[in-house]
Amino acid sequence: MTLSGIRDRLDYQAALLGLVVLVTCTALAMAYQLTREPIRLALENDMRQSFSRVLPASLHDNDLLSSQGMITAPWGELTYYQATLEGTVTAVIFPLTAQGYAGRIEMLMAVKANGEISGVRVLVHQETPGLGDKIEEARDPWITYFSGKSLNNPLPADWGVKKDGGHFDQFTGATITPRVIVAAIKRGLEFFETSQDQLLYPLRTYQATTEGVSHD
Amino acid sequence: MTDYRRLAKDGLWSNNMVFAQMLALCPVMAVTGTATNGLGMGLATLFVLVGANLIISMIRHTISQAIRIPVYIVIIATLVTLTDMLINAFAYELYKVLGLFIALIVVNCAILGRAEAFASKNTAWDSFVDSILMGIGLTWALVAIGGFREIIGSGTLFANADLLLGPAFGFLEITLIPDYKGFLIMILPPGGFIAVGFLLVLKRWIDQRVEQRQQRAEQLRSA
Repeated sequence: MTLSGIRDRLDYQAALLGLVVLVTCTALAMAYQLTREPIRLALENDMRQSFSRVLPASLHDNDLLSSQGMITAPWGELTYYQATLEGTVTAVIFPLTAQGYAGRIEMLMAVKANGEISGVRVLVHQETPGLGDKIEEARDPWITYFSGKSLNNPLPADWGVKKDGGHFDQFTGATITPRVIVAAIKRGLEFFETSQDQLLYPLRTYQATTEGVSHD
Repeated sequence: MTDYRRLAKDGLWSNNMVFAQMLALCPVMAVTGTATNGLGMGLATLFVLVGANLIISMIRHTISQAIRIPVYIVIIATLVTLTDMLINAFAYELYKVLGLFIALIVVNCAILGRAEAFASKNTAWDSFVDSILMGIGLTWALVAIGGFREIIGSGTLFANADLLLGPAFGFLEITLIPDYKGFLIMILPPGGFIAVGFLLVLKRWIDQRVEQRQQRAEQLRSA
């Protein structure tokens, strides 16, 4: 029987479609196995790069990714990372979110053990190009002015943009974005203050138990 | 004998995916804020298009009419997912820029259109050539729209080219207008429509000029 003869039979069509799906799924499963490790590494690399932008290397000698813990913040469950220097906790890094002008703004903040901000960076946002996107470090140094600030400097009442009588600059043509970011950072500092006992309590890290074994 | 010159002319100009078929407009509007993004998206689509055309033309005799569309879609969706995984794994910086839009390639009707209109009726080699030319046609269109928007919108050209092509291509990045304040709307989605509109006018105008010149040449010959 020729191919054109059986091509219109129902069982042939079902079998062919099944075969195509089987082959493509196999290909996808293999590709997933092959790319899983590189994708994980790329993500970790990306995390480390973000960490290095909020926390100077001189403040820690541990691998931040392997000293992580979970904690409940007023706005939900979050993962925090502890920075230690010769065994003493020097800072914690945790993510922050704010509801911006055009969707969620995701940030990363590092707070030193004394309650001072080491650094804040915006990781993901959809703010208007040319106006609200000055919150990116690459476009404007604005976000770096938070380094060294704490709830004592300026005082909590001054944690707002100048338009609202606060301490921080807004951008020409964009007040909403800086306002929500200042509020989110203040929220982050308050969260640090109330939960610092847990945040600064040394984690039993994976790295501490496998140090000197180094078999990865 | 296949007329390759005709294939080239169709793919690159007269039947260009964007400027003539007016297909693939969703990714066109979404990613062409800069020439670099356009190039990245164009190359990713080219890869999927070549793969889809090649596979479909090779199995075209076994596919029956009734189930051809699901078969094409499964193949195209698989290729898009593969591209997505590969870019995520090996070009993470690019993935951060294009990631959201790679999945859009699957709804790019131009690819299904090519499978239906060309790959299902031609040999593997011809389909391969056709997909390369169509893909290049799409890529240059995306780069042209992206470049147009980028120059007017932010005064640069090929910004972040090093992320896409590696540090060696950093030289491509040019600041054409220093201290440019930017023209916001061109970078926002409406700018995509405006840019496509202007470039379409330009293409039609060129086509018309060519046609007029040919007519005049014919008149002279007959006179």
